[in-house]
Amino acid sequence: MAGVTIAAVQKWFGGTHVIRGVDIAIDDGEFCVLVGPSGCGKSTLLRMIAGLEEIGEGTIAIGGRVVNDVAPKERDIAMVFQNYALYPHMTVRDNLSFALMLAKQPKQEIAARVARAADILGLKELLDRYPRQLSGGQRQRVAMGRAIVRNPQVFLFDEPLSNLDAKLRVQMRTEIRELHQRLKTTSIYVTHDQIEAMTMADRIVVMRDGLVEQQGAPLELYDTPANTFVAGFIGSPAMNMVPGTVRAGGAVEFEGGVRLPLPADARADEGQRVLFGIRPEHCAPSNEGLPADVVVVEPTGADTQLYCRFGGQDFTAVVRDRTDVAPGERVMLRPDLKRSHLFDASTGRRLAA
Amino acid sequence: MTSAAIGTRWIDSRNVLGLLFMLPAAVLLLAFLTYPLGLGVWLGFTDAKIGRGGEFIGIENYQFLWGDSVTRLALFNTLFYTVVASIVKFVLGLWLALLLNKHLPFKAFIRAIVLLPFIVPTALSAIAFWWIYDAQFSVISWVLTQLGLIDRYVDFLGDPWNARFSTIAANIWRGVPFIAICLLAGLQTISPSYYEAASLDGATPWQQFRHVTLPLLTPIIAVVMTFSVLFTFTDFQLIYVLTRGGPLNATHLMATLSFQRAIPGGALGEGAALAVAMVPFLLAAILFSYFGLQRRRWQQGGSDA
Repeated sequence: MAGVTIAAVQKWFGGTHVIRGVDIAIDDGEFCVLVGPSGCGKSTLLRMIAGLEEIGEGTIAIGGRVVNDVAPKERDIAMVFQNYALYPHMTVRDNLSFALMLAKQPKQEIAARVARAADILGLKELLDRYPRQLSGGQRQRVAMGRAIVRNPQVFLFDEPLSNLDAKLRVQMRTEIRELHQRLKTTSIYVTHDQIEAMTMADRIVVMRDGLVEQQGAPLELYDTPANTFVAGFIGSPAMNMVPGTVRAGGAVEFEGGVRLPLPADARADEGQRVLFGIRPEHCAPSNEGLPADVVVVEPTGADTQLYCRFGGQDFTAVVRDRTDVAPGERVMLRPDLKRSHLFDASTGRRLAA
Repeated sequence: MTSAAIGTRWIDSRNVLGLLFMLPAAVLLLAFLTYPLGLGVWLGFTDAKIGRGGEFIGIENYQFLWGDSVTRLALFNTLFYTVVASIVKFVLGLWLALLLNKHLPFKAFIRAIVLLPFIVPTALSAIAFWWIYDAQFSVISWVLTQLGLIDRYVDFLGDPWNARFSTIAANIWRGVPFIAICLLAGLQTISPSYYEAASLDGATPWQQFRHVTLPLLTPIIAVVMTFSVLFTFTDFQLIYVLTRGGPLNATHLMATLSFQRAIPGGALGEGAALAVAMVPFLLAAILFSYFGLQRRRWQQGGSDA
């Protein structure tokens, strides 16, 4: 097992600068999730770690060994592909043993390791089937099994759950997480789904346009997003960002003259244009706060989502208690100032003390 | 009920309509495939000559052909021609397809060029080969003498074995593009992620070819090679233009011999019997590829149960 160090890595595709200087240090045994919107470079970065793409500039080291010029098969990594890439002409057993067979492992050793992987993933009954004869979730498991049998230093996952239906995705999410707790192999996981990132990761790396926007533990990113992009990307429904201006006496004034005190840890200059960030789950109906016009009420059972308009823009609130608010009514929403965020309107950066 | 109403109902019936739609195709098949084939088979059982209708003579034609040394030679020639040419065409075609599947500059242009031998009418390219193989003007002989490798011009089409290999070479030249382009199409259906997975699994390029490319290409190879074998086995034009079966019947294939006996020789019945004698070989080739290569368990979709 080994950590992975990515230092000042850059990559061009033709004239397009797709990775623009990325530094990530992943500890041994850590589960690191690269997350970001399509085209942010997360998959390219993963493929560079795997050795499927050349590294333009900078270095990638696995277990302290720089692997820039090391062939994929020498890197001691295993990858789970988005489309699983199971060899269609091989049975599950042959798919699992292929890498070991190429490595000229003794027959008993191969059988033992395949049996162990099949046991871990519940594939025993399926060993003689062909990939075509498997369901999506089973294929996904075989793909993971193929990675497990090799007992590599690092697992790489390239959006492995995106081809599954919603229910299976949640189930496999837990299974992968469980597997990681059991094997403790360093894992790097690429996804565009922030919920997957939040639930699975030890460390999340949020990427955009070939740059790392922020990295850290999931709750760290949730509690203290470094900028508006991370704030909007992490958390669902997305954080509300209300534009306003800082006034004397530690208050923010919104359109229409409504005022709120600055969030607890924020620091800003008087007259500065800011974005006031409030997560939907961090505001509650009250008799003071932001006056919002309710547009749609969506009860989910556990809570109720209120889609409102405030100051000319959409504003979402998630209310824990049952509510009898109806569309068209006006509610007063009071944000929890300890969990509110302040960002500079022009740079998008977090304004903190 | 009026007759018009009955007519409409009759047309409306799905089965009748289906039969109507099938009719044109059925007529075409009967007129242009079944009738000539049936006539050929029938002629093979008669002693028809040109200008004289034949009498039914049972399997006399076949009995004669069985003992005929020229027919036996033609059978050997055909098998030799087919086996050698098909194997070489397959190897060269696969190699070419693998090359064309790489990222080459001017890829589309090169692919178009490769198809040229296939596009040129066979008779034309055969005439070109006739010149290339000419005993006095052969460009190959000229180049080899200029290089000092030989001191006498090669008699490409005059010596039995030279003629066999020369005609095979011309057939290969003409047949490779078809195989290469078909296999290239097959190669392009193989997802690159299999190769990526294999390279991570530690497969060398040869192992990737052996364990990924070849098995995934097998279904297409089976189809393409079946066609290739059929085309080669029934080849006529090339031989007819280059050698007319000579020298000493060394390049006579069953198709050319059949024509030779039937039209210039006038023995329609005998020629037809020769042509019919090819059918079992062709059927065998088709059945071999159908059962031996084409159907693979992994290709068949399965139930989840």
